[in-house]
Amino acid sequence: MIIQIPSFPGAVHFPVEIIPTFNWRLETQFSYEESFQTLAQAVRSGGGPDIYKGKICSLKARALLIDMEEGVVNEILQGPLRDVFDSKQLITDVSGSGNNWAVGHKLYGYQYRENIVEKLRKAAEHCDCLQCFFIIHSMGGGTGSGLGTFVLNLLEDEFPEVYRCVTSVYPSGEDDVITSPYNTVLAMKELNEHADCVLPIENESLFDIVNKIHQMINSGKLGSTVKQNSLVTSSAGSAKTVQEKPFDAMNNIVANLLLNLTSSARFEGSLNMDLNEISMNLVPFPRLHYLVSSLTPLYTLADVNVPSRRLDQMFSDAFSREHQLIQADPKHSLYLACALLVRGNVQVSDLRRNIERLKPSLHFVSWNQEGWKTGLCSVPPVGHSHSLLSLANNTCVKPTFIELKDRFMKLYKKKAHLHHYLHIDGMEQSCFSEAISSLSDLIEEYNELDATKGGPRTDPSRLKIAV
Amino acid sequence: MSIVTVQLGQCGNQIGHEVFNAICSDVHGTHGLCSKKENESYHDACKERFFCEEESEVPVARAVLVDMEPKVIGQTLSMAARSGYWKYGDQSHFCQKQGSGNNWANGYSVHGPRHKEVIMNLVQKEAEKCDRLGGFFTIMSMAGGTGSGLGAYVTQCLRDAFPTSFILNHVIWPYGTGEIIVQNYNSVLTLSHLYQSSDALLVHENDVIHKICAQLMNIKQISFRDVNQVIAHQLGSVFQPTYTAECGLHYSRNPLGDLMETLVPHPEFKMLGLRNIPQMPENSLAYSTFSWPGLIKHLRQMLIANAKMEEGIDWQVRPPRLGSSIPSSHSTNKPLQFNTSIANLVILRGKDMHSVDLGSFRDPSLYTSWLNPQDAFNTWKTPRAFNKYEKSASLVSNSQFLLKPLDNVVGKAWNMFASKPGTGALKSPPEHLFSEQLWHKTPRTANTLLDKIQVTVQLNLKKTSPVSFRDRKEMLSTQPCFFKPFQQMERA
Repeated sequence: MIIQIPSFPGAVHFPVEIIPTFNWRLETQFSYEESFQTLAQAVRSGGGPDIYKGKICSLKARALLIDMEEGVVNEILQGPLRDVFDSKQLITDVSGSGNNWAVGHKLYGYQYRENIVEKLRKAAEHCDCLQCFFIIHSMGGGTGSGLGTFVLNLLEDEFPEVYRCVTSVYPSGEDDVITSPYNTVLAMKELNEHADCVLPIENESLFDIVNKIHQMINSGKLGSTVKQNSLVTSSAGSAKTVQEKPFDAMNNIVANLLLNLTSSARFEGSLNMDLNEISMNLVPFPRLHYLVSSLTPLYTLADVNVPSRRLDQMFSDAFSREHQLIQADPKHSLYLACALLVRGNVQVSDLRRNIERLKPSLHFVSWNQEGWKTGLCSVPPVGHSHSLLSLANNTCVKPTFIELKDRFMKLYKKKAHLHHYLHIDGMEQSCFSEAISSLSDLIEEYNELDATKGGPRTDPSRLKIAV
Repeated sequence: MSIVTVQLGQCGNQIGHEVFNAICSDVHGTHGLCSKKENESYHDACKERFFCEEESEVPVARAVLVDMEPKVIGQTLSMAARSGYWKYGDQSHFCQKQGSGNNWANGYSVHGPRHKEVIMNLVQKEAEKCDRLGGFFTIMSMAGGTGSGLGAYVTQCLRDAFPTSFILNHVIWPYGTGEIIVQNYNSVLTLSHLYQSSDALLVHENDVIHKICAQLMNIKQISFRDVNQVIAHQLGSVFQPTYTAECGLHYSRNPLGDLMETLVPHPEFKMLGLRNIPQMPENSLAYSTFSWPGLIKHLRQMLIANAKMEEGIDWQVRPPRLGSSIPSSHSTNKPLQFNTSIANLVILRGKDMHSVDLGSFRDPSLYTSWLNPQDAFNTWKTPRAFNKYEKSASLVSNSQFLLKPLDNVVGKAWNMFASKPGTGALKSPPEHLFSEQLWHKTPRTANTLLDKIQVTVQLNLKKTSPVSFRDRKEMLSTQPCFFKPFQQMERA
């Protein structure tokens, strides 16, 4: 689990990936100097009062890596990015959390609280202006889920004004961790209450996208040679892709998601979109902060041919089911709000044209019929001439939550595996019942919004002025 | 007299930069098409108005740049310096790092008070550099967080610090199909606050300029830069030096004051719209000729039919006949076809403008009844051509043109605010983002704005009998009106 702490000015083109339990793989794509400073801090030779003198001798990520077992973190520290992570910004233990949310949250939380707060403060002090925390974790395990949500709580207490943006990997149906429904629901309660916005990700969707790309590469169709470094699953500048561990490709997608999200904060553009604007525009009610994300295009063809039809195709794809990062179909559900962040040589007329073209096929809630938030960043990602990130606050997350609730209830009814949790100090049965009722309330809220879909639009009558 | 420009937010800074570019390139262009002497005095008047000569040879724009994040200001400063013709002052900008997050309340209640002193110091410095201060011109968008919220706060501060100076706010109306989801909230809050401290609001709508770029300028892939350049051209056509009716001997020395005097006779009606013809791609200019009667005819019909550009004008719309009985089609429930004006200003730039017949603009049926057409219509002229157009005409008008867009914005903001889905757990949209107190003041004011504009229609309906001076006085007595013509009239 990593907590990244972006600040201003600038940023590093710096994808950081996390895998719930296994490998780590980090890529760095260095761009402009000023742009480094959002996600990393330049450590310069010479030091002294004028911080712009001296060559950059290394970059240190503004990140805190926390894991209750050492294997993964050690691998990072021995890998190609060992210089990027400051060994002082690590918190590890030996035995892990045993896939037990209570161990992560209550036991290790209590134990490491001081340590975590201290390291956070140190990292925050190095920032000129702290704007947002990125928390990246999984929901199904013990550490990411339990300790992760503990840290979320902590951040709210220590830094109440700083946005907390959480990227959560949700377990799939065939997840090998049996207690993942418990862990996920317990974590969801914390996310409901303490996160400013959540970007849910499902491994199944990532896997489908990876397969799609492989098919494209291996299909041998004429004119379908793909530029290797343009893959959304690639890590430009890294070693050959042979024998990549499977999670690497999937993690790269999430890394690219975060890169695109922060691109407007790091690079110039004609219509900037900062991280704080995302929460402001996409979260109409405090608890409905789950944003479905999609990235297009997935690859660029090697033959240079950029008709505007390809640009339009990029916009259409962003709304299709196959490109979403969770198993959901936003087109057939209700949109509360939608954000489009475009990178590259795309102008406002292209954006407007596509919004007008796609709008009739999308359902927006009655009080936000023109609910679009747009951003234009001039710098495209490596290997592409343009790309689009779409974030939607849409009721299509409901089925995911309903399924989660069902899996939870299956175990809970039989009280299976509960004793592992209740062993832990501070953990009680009420934690479970509160968590499930929080989830049920959330599902209910989405249901109510769905009920308004397609109904007659009755605008409330206007305020009358007493003359 | 000099004008100090205050550029607020990303939009304000991007547009401000294009405005100074347009002014500079107009002055340095060789298409003045007039005598050398004329050109020189135009040049001098323009310089005094917008630039300040400093030790460095390049003139320095009289501007203050404000933004809550550093990227745009950095870009703007460097692009200006690269042009070689002008630049911004090295110390005339202020920026922070975290942005306003599209949150009006953030701009108004947090950043405003926090940075008031620094910003007002910068403004004070610029004002002191002027021999004579002609007023302030602020550029902002309504939809974002900084331009709108901080802009409203800064305008208030300007009003407090310079109570007798003229303040003209240039406001950008966002795209109707949405640039920002909370744009309607931000717009309503901004307009209502600006209305209290500003002298006039000059409005440009993104949708309209976009259409001009697409249909008139033939730009295929329209960027914000293109939109901003059209806006800058239109602004330049108003603010570059001209001769007013009172004084034909030298270029007008008080552009903002003259503007307010002619166009804002009543403080409740402050929204001004701008139209400029002709507009065409630069490479077509060499092949086109213009005639004044043609330009004037188009401009007048654009005013009457509320057309935004010279293509697609509805020539069927006609002013109602004076003294005719009021048919039911004039009721406020039907969409208004005819655009009633309170006051109009036509600006002519180019040769032979002395002979132009503007009688059609003095037609009383265009105007409301409570102002004499002589007072309601004015013209400014100069023989010096503007920005490569051999002849060009601009219309600044105080009329009902903004009624429909304003209605739309207020309606959408109200919908979003008033729709509260069921359960008690959900709080209504603005509460967790804005301060409730601030919001409750506003829909009332915004609706009032709308109603005020509709009042002109009702006033129009009273045309059957000449409006007595007592009636006029009653209408105006609610607000102290500080413009000379009216005070003189009252004394008479």
